[in-house]
Amino acid sequence: MRYLPLTDDDRKGMLARIGVSSVDALFADVPEAARRKGKIEGLPDHAGELDVERQMKALAAKNMPAGSVPFFVGAGAYRHHVPAAVDHLIQRGEFLTSYTPYQPEVSQGTLQYLFEFQTQVGLLTGMEVANASMYDGSTGCAEAVMMANRVTRRSRAILSGGLHPHYAEVTRTQARWTNFTAIDAPADVEGKEDLAALVDDQTSCVVVQNPSVYGHVRDLSALAEACHAKGALLIVVVTEVVSLGLLTPPGEMGADIVVCEGQGIGNALNFGGPYVGLFATREKYMRQMPGRLCGETVDADGKRGWVLTLSTREQHIRREKATSNICTNSGLCALAFTIHLSLLGEAGLTKLARINHATAIAAADRLAKVPGVTVVNDSFFNEFTLRLSRDAASVTETLAARNILGGVPVSRLIAGQPQLNNLLLVAATETTTDDHIEALAAALKEIL
Amino acid sequence: MTATKFTNDHEWIRIEGDTATVGITDYAQQQLGDVVFVELPDVGKTLERGKDAAVVESVKAASEVYAPIDGTVTEVNPALTDDPATVNTDPHEGGWFFKMKVADPTQLDALLDETQYKNMIAELH
Amino acid sequence: MAMNSVGRGDTRPQADMASPPVATFTGNRGLQMEEGLIFEQGQDGRTAVDLPEPKTAELRIGNVKPRTSIGLPGLSEPQVIRHYTRLSQKNYAIDAGLYPLGSCTMKHNPRLNEAMARLPGFADIHPLQPISTVQGALEAIDSLADWLLKLTGMAAVAMSPGAGAHGEQCGMIAIDAALEARGDKRKRVLVPESAHGTNPATAAALGYAVEAIPATEDGRVDLEALKAKLGPDVAAIMLTNPNTCGLFERDIVEIARLVHEAGALFYCDGANFNAIVGRVRPADLGIDAMHINLHKTFSTPHGGGGPGAGPVVLSEALAPYAPASAVVRGPNGFTLVEHAEGASFGRMKAFAGQMGMFTRALTYILSHGADGLLQASSDAVLNANYVLASLKDTMSAAYDGPCMHEALFDDRFLKDTGVTTLDFAKAMLDEGYHPMTVYFPLVIHGAMLIEPTESESKEAVDLFIATLADLARRAKSGDAEHFTAAPRLTPRRRLDETAAARKPVLRWRPTEQLDEAAE
Repeated sequence: MRYLPLTDDDRKGMLARIGVSSVDALFADVPEAARRKGKIEGLPDHAGELDVERQMKALAAKNMPAGSVPFFVGAGAYRHHVPAAVDHLIQRGEFLTSYTPYQPEVSQGTLQYLFEFQTQVGLLTGMEVANASMYDGSTGCAEAVMMANRVTRRSRAILSGGLHPHYAEVTRTQARWTNFTAIDAPADVEGKEDLAALVDDQTSCVVVQNPSVYGHVRDLSALAEACHAKGALLIVVVTEVVSLGLLTPPGEMGADIVVCEGQGIGNALNFGGPYVGLFATREKYMRQMPGRLCGETVDADGKRGWVLTLSTREQHIRREKATSNICTNSGLCALAFTIHLSLLGEAGLTKLARINHATAIAAADRLAKVPGVTVVNDSFFNEFTLRLSRDAASVTETLAARNILGGVPVSRLIAGQPQLNNLLLVAATETTTDDHIEALAAALKEIL
Repeated sequence: MTATKFTNDHEWIRIEGDTATVGITDYAQQQLGDVVFVELPDVGKTLERGKDAAVVESVKAASEVYAPIDGTVTEVNPALTDDPATVNTDPHEGGWFFKMKVADPTQLDALLDETQYKNMIAELH
Repeated sequence: MAMNSVGRGDTRPQADMASPPVATFTGNRGLQMEEGLIFEQGQDGRTAVDLPEPKTAELRIGNVKPRTSIGLPGLSEPQVIRHYTRLSQKNYAIDAGLYPLGSCTMKHNPRLNEAMARLPGFADIHPLQPISTVQGALEAIDSLADWLLKLTGMAAVAMSPGAGAHGEQCGMIAIDAALEARGDKRKRVLVPESAHGTNPATAAALGYAVEAIPATEDGRVDLEALKAKLGPDVAAIMLTNPNTCGLFERDIVEIARLVHEAGALFYCDGANFNAIVGRVRPADLGIDAMHINLHKTFSTPHGGGGPGAGPVVLSEALAPYAPASAVVRGPNGFTLVEHAEGASFGRMKAFAGQMGMFTRALTYILSHGADGLLQASSDAVLNANYVLASLKDTMSAAYDGPCMHEALFDDRFLKDTGVTTLDFAKAMLDEGYHPMTVYFPLVIHGAMLIEPTESESKEAVDLFIATLADLARRAKSGDAEHFTAAPRLTPRRRLDETAAARKPVLRWRPTEQLDEAAE
């Protein structure tokens, strides 16, 4: 077997050194009733690389890759072009097959890119400090609310109706089982909600997404002021990180915590994971942050280097008093993010964001001309909401049958609200061509 | 009158009138190693004997500091925020954590005097 | 004062550790390059991407102002490639050497896994595409789930948790939900004192009081102490098996019986499942929930700290409470249940799980097959016992064998040498080895937990054993300075963690900002 170096002769010699006659003897502590004789049944034996490749390719072939068709699906995961250099670098074994940098002397590569990552996240979000990543945006959102509860010593969070429904569900689940209150505002399809009136002396935080899940872009400064006036924190969620290349960052709008899904830079769609959660806050709240942090220091020779720091917040030291139970993060996805953002640079990201916005404007204007289609949004970044003349879920199925992935029906995200059934979220990125937009418009014209 | 008392958990408490000053002992700072951060209670906070009052952290450890007696926080040591190493260099004087108004002086009787405390840590070795 | 500690010494470098100045102009040492931050290398006017002009300059961003500056550096592609290549060369990795981190399972990461995860049919599909267009993805998840169920013997599996600790939370919420459903809210969770820190952190977050169960002299749960702590207000026990001392919990079936008798549930931390795959089914031990770290047992790469994946297998009793999303096999193909229905406790994470990790793990599992998985766990245990047998006389074993997949040593052999476990670990770095896990589990003084894994050849393990034996002899011979000044040959020497924590610098800032801050 190709991954197992021991030979039968090796095994014999090793058993002799140990002083037992068989490997079975090493499992003597297993209770008799739980010991299995022979292999577990109903499972195939080992297979060669060619054979496994055939099996996996057969499964992959049953899916419709985004790159093979006109593609407009977003709602929290976005298809962007990732330069070839990114995947080349993250597949270097020194990055791919290393562990958490617990021995900093031989982990400076990982630590330095985490420091660069934290800096980039701070710059992008307009915040002072960032951690070394969370699992993804949705879990980061729930962690942000729990952090706000710690900071304010309150336990009532208000969730915007423009927050991604999965993020709201993850946060509600945490609320339900870790005993805090999450209040859901109604679905904010039009982008008109005003949450300021809901903030009171019991509110720990308001969670608002920008652009919202329906695509609306808003200045949140007034909401931030309303939160601060009541001693609450403003948490801003960004699910499309590329938008930060165009829009005023949440930090400049007064956000206290910014949570971002970083997938859109450096990472493939991957059917939902692994992604990378960006988590940034104000310096004064640094010690209430969850997750790993990398900090600068010097070594015994006085040379600059990096270490994991402020670990006393974390579970491996603080145990039941930790700020979070998180251990593993999204290191390699954070590396992909960092490399892609280094390739883009200031000029590249700014331009990429402009291209996305311009493409979305072209798509919105073209689709608005299709009978039975209304564009809901006045403002957006690269995704907007359409109101169709019929049920959006069946429309996307019909489009898929014509090899067009036309967007996300809102009913897929929010169940049991028939008034949302005709809404379709449509995203366009730099990968979207005029032909794609034309194909979607033509197909919708026929279907509606 | 000034009297210093000790807890089994390595806090010291010095009484002056109805005010008590609280810190951690030299033994405690040695166990922690280089102190990197101290989290102090808010002034005005009511403390309960044996419950969390402050947090002291080194690179390798985080410790709760307990209130030796009931009382209300009247002052915290700003020097520790700027230079937490003071806890290592001067634990019994400049490295004090907070001052509190004593709620019930009789609780002091349950604490250790210096000899008793020294005997206790001698037994830990 | 009550201290939560990692138990190790400070790593503050001492003045006498300075090495002779490096006599090169660049500061480089042969292939070992000094490399500044990416922010220190940027120039305006450089870019590593060529993008077309946007079709319109129009903005439809409501009352939000367009951003004027971000502060990112500009570099060309060759500069970026060189930068990150140089950084990579400062890392230890499994690809480069034996990586014996106990409890972390640094086994070989096959490259076929990487290639398969990158097939456009897996990597380039969106979690919210119509279900009809992702049937292969759902089938892959279902196949992996089927393997996990057969290998564990359990009734159901929740695939969505993002990593081990996330899986722990998933399992513990399921337990919470089951207790609530029977109107039996409980207050305490029992956790052995040797447990991973994630266990008490998880239980405490759910509002439970965490109580430690002491270990016996031979490193297992103290049954009598457990009996004394069990009661009608105990919700669950969280127990790692094989445990964090690398030992199989001999009384685990009895523990399960006692726990269930008390009306509590049994959460098993599956971090060490790799020792028993194919040989013991956790269901036969009486557990109710267990997470499986795909990045440990099933070889998905650790990637410098993640991503992982932590599917949770559940007993019949807990199955109804599993979170969304769930793949369901039906007569007309696969469907995805995306909204928490019925008794489901909610949602752990957006979308359907760590697909990229699922494809890697499935590729690994298909490669090994049932026979190979059994051989892998057998070889892992054999390699660990070989290390234990070979070093128990030169180092000091915490417990007599046999062990499972990892061998635990303490620091008695370093007594009176002036060398600590940390120093010993740092000297291993100079020998070209990543150290074992040190100072964990907390119950063993100066613990050294060695997990060679099944990926290592006998020759590689023999050289590792000889190296440790040599270091042990050197320590005992009175050459403490060799250890206390180590490492000398690594890209950086001991780093000042105290300075890093006292004045945290968590990001780079341009010089002018630093100057302002200093004023």
